Amino acid sequence: MEQTRYTVRNKYSDVPYEVKEQLFREVKSDLRFTDYLYGCYECGICVAACPSARFYDFSPRRIAQAVAREDVELIYEQMNDDVWECSQCFSCNRCPRQNSPGGIITVLREVAVKHGLRSAKEALGAYGRVIYKIMSTGTQVSPDMLQPDAFPDWGPQVLDVSKNLDTWRKAIPPETLHTTETAWEIDDKTIIELYLIWHMTGVMNMIEKVDEGLYTILMDVMEEKLEEAGYSM
Amino acid sequence: MPIEIEIPILSADKREWKRPAEDIEKDHTHELLFELEAQGELVVQRVPEPYSEVDTKYGRKKKIPLQHTWHHKSCGQCGHIPGYSTSIFWLHRQLGLEYNDPKDQTSCTAWNYYASATSNAAAQAAVAVRNFAAAYESGYFPLIHCGTSFGHYKETRHELLHHADLRKQVREIMAKLGKQLVLPEEIVHYSEWVHVIRDRAAQKRVYDCSKITATVHPACHYHKLVAEDAIYDREIYGGQRSAIVTSTLQALGVNVADYSTWFDCCGFGFRHILVQRDFTRSFATMRKIEVMKNEANPDVTITHDTGCVTTLDKSQFAAKAHDRNVGVPVMSEAQFVALAMGAHPYRVVQLHWHTTEYGALLEKMGIDWKTRWEEFQGDLEAIKSGKKEFLTWEDADAK
Ligand code: SF4
Ligand code: SF4
Repeated sequence: MEQTRYTVRNKYSDVPYEVKEQLFREVKSDLRFTDYLYGCYECGICVAACPSARFYDFSPRRIAQAVAREDVELIYEQMNDDVWECSQCFSCNRCPRQNSPGGIITVLREVAVKHGLRSAKEALGAYGRVIYKIMSTGTQVSPDMLQPDAFPDWGPQVLDVSKNLDTWRKAIPPETLHTTETAWEIDDKTIIELYLIWHMTGVMNMIEKVDEGLYTILMDVMEEKLEEAGYSM
Repeated sequence: MPIEIEIPILSADKREWKRPAEDIEKDHTHELLFELEAQGELVVQRVPEPYSEVDTKYGRKKKIPLQHTWHHKSCGQCGHIPGYSTSIFWLHRQLGLEYNDPKDQTSCTAWNYYASATSNAAAQAAVAVRNFAAAYESGYFPLIHCGTSFGHYKETRHELLHHADLRKQVREIMAKLGKQLVLPEEIVHYSEWVHVIRDRAAQKRVYDCSKITATVHPACHYHKLVAEDAIYDREIYGGQRSAIVTSTLQALGVNVADYSTWFDCCGFGFRHILVQRDFTRSFATMRKIEVMKNEANPDVTITHDTGCVTTLDKSQFAAKAHDRNVGVPVMSEAQFVALAMGAHPYRVVQLHWHTTEYGALLEKMGIDWKTRWEEFQGDLEAIKSGKKEFLTWEDADAK
């Protein structure tokens, strides 16, 4: 049967339909997908609760609608132009159909990353150092990331932190918090276990697709530690 | 100028807001958990006794352990607002409750999962289960400090319970790490523990909180993500929104003031707070802080998650430069309870890591923060000169 195509404009007409369809097939085959979408009433309750909809031209309803209608062209457009505006707060989980538009967006983003879509590369451009931190050290942020050039809008207090960092960290009673390069102290065995998880679950392949430079640096750091621990890559 | 009108609430106080029994039974999480345990698919770590039972949104009783807990720390708390984690530990110590602060814990990595999508369901489940297995091996029960870890672990639990393939994959990964597929009987947020110990904490209160007006920001990943597991109490907001944090503040005698955007998120956005802060700043100040200021003029706003404290606190600096109506100190309820119980504002609560002005609040509570700051400067000098290597719990507890 001929498929109905709903899209009235086709912003990414240079990308073959089959490519877009393949990406959507991956979205649909994700194990989380069936829990995140049960159809859509088009009621807009999710939009009313959505912080990103207030400040951007963004709508979780539009995304839930496109995905429920299986509008492959529009989904591809949203994967490129919309999904990175979402705040992942899950206020939209109050959907009367029990959808999770925010959850659908998580999956759309992952497929965009896995295929190295331009939007994903752009969205993650400034974010590489954070991915490096979490994947290589096991904590997402660290005290030494509080630098005035990274957070100029947070005022002079950030300068106080960075100037006094070593002393201030030693002046915290729990002994696990005397660190500056990680949020808390993590032992080596645990870090090795985390590296093995990244490798065994295909996360390293995702990083390679979206940021080759970051991939190389991460592999270097991991290889050394894994080899020391007796694992060959 | 707002016009005050009286709206009669038609016998609302006489109505019974009871959930029909069949709704309570709709949540099959625990049934499934124990079924899979019986089939040998996974190991369930039981909540240690003594525990308290509290009501969740649709009436299920949730077990909250009192002690013997494995503290699953939070990246942003430990890294950027360390008085948050320190206060949680300090409360345990003051109440004589035993805990374990482990080094074999990683981040849940969910901040990155929600921010960058450079992960997937299997990786997230494996990270979660590795942490749960580490807690199980220690014999201590996980107590989750971060609201996002808490919400995300419940999503992950759902996926593991409903997808045999995912369980198989995670079991195989764990076998390679010498671990089992372990899930705790309950996924417990530290603020639920604070809710449970609130009356004990209030008995140890040394400062009067009755002149303090506070607003509460409930964390999205606490009450919107897997919403059925959040704590509700019929005495608080008529059971119409989560009792979390408000219950604790009321136990301390704080006047909790409402504001119209309480349901809104703080603006953290996961990736936005790090690389797109124009959104975060605007949302945090225009939809939250300014609304609180205009409607409730609080002495402090209290929340119970990492990103919310950071966002609401740090975003005010730039807004102030633009003459916006901001200027509300922000902290977690763990920090506020600790202050009320006499914790040192710098050695324990570590308020020097916060950006907003907290002096007026502390003065209103009766805390001489200037003297405390001088004492802390003495500690820093002792560390700098090498007289002291670290600040210890003994130092922190010194009166
Ligand atoms: S998760 Fe995303 S789409 Fe849903 S309410 Fe939050 S910002 Fe909006
Ligand atoms: S709240 Fe649910 S049903 Fe309503 S528009 Fe949003 S996704 Fe569709």
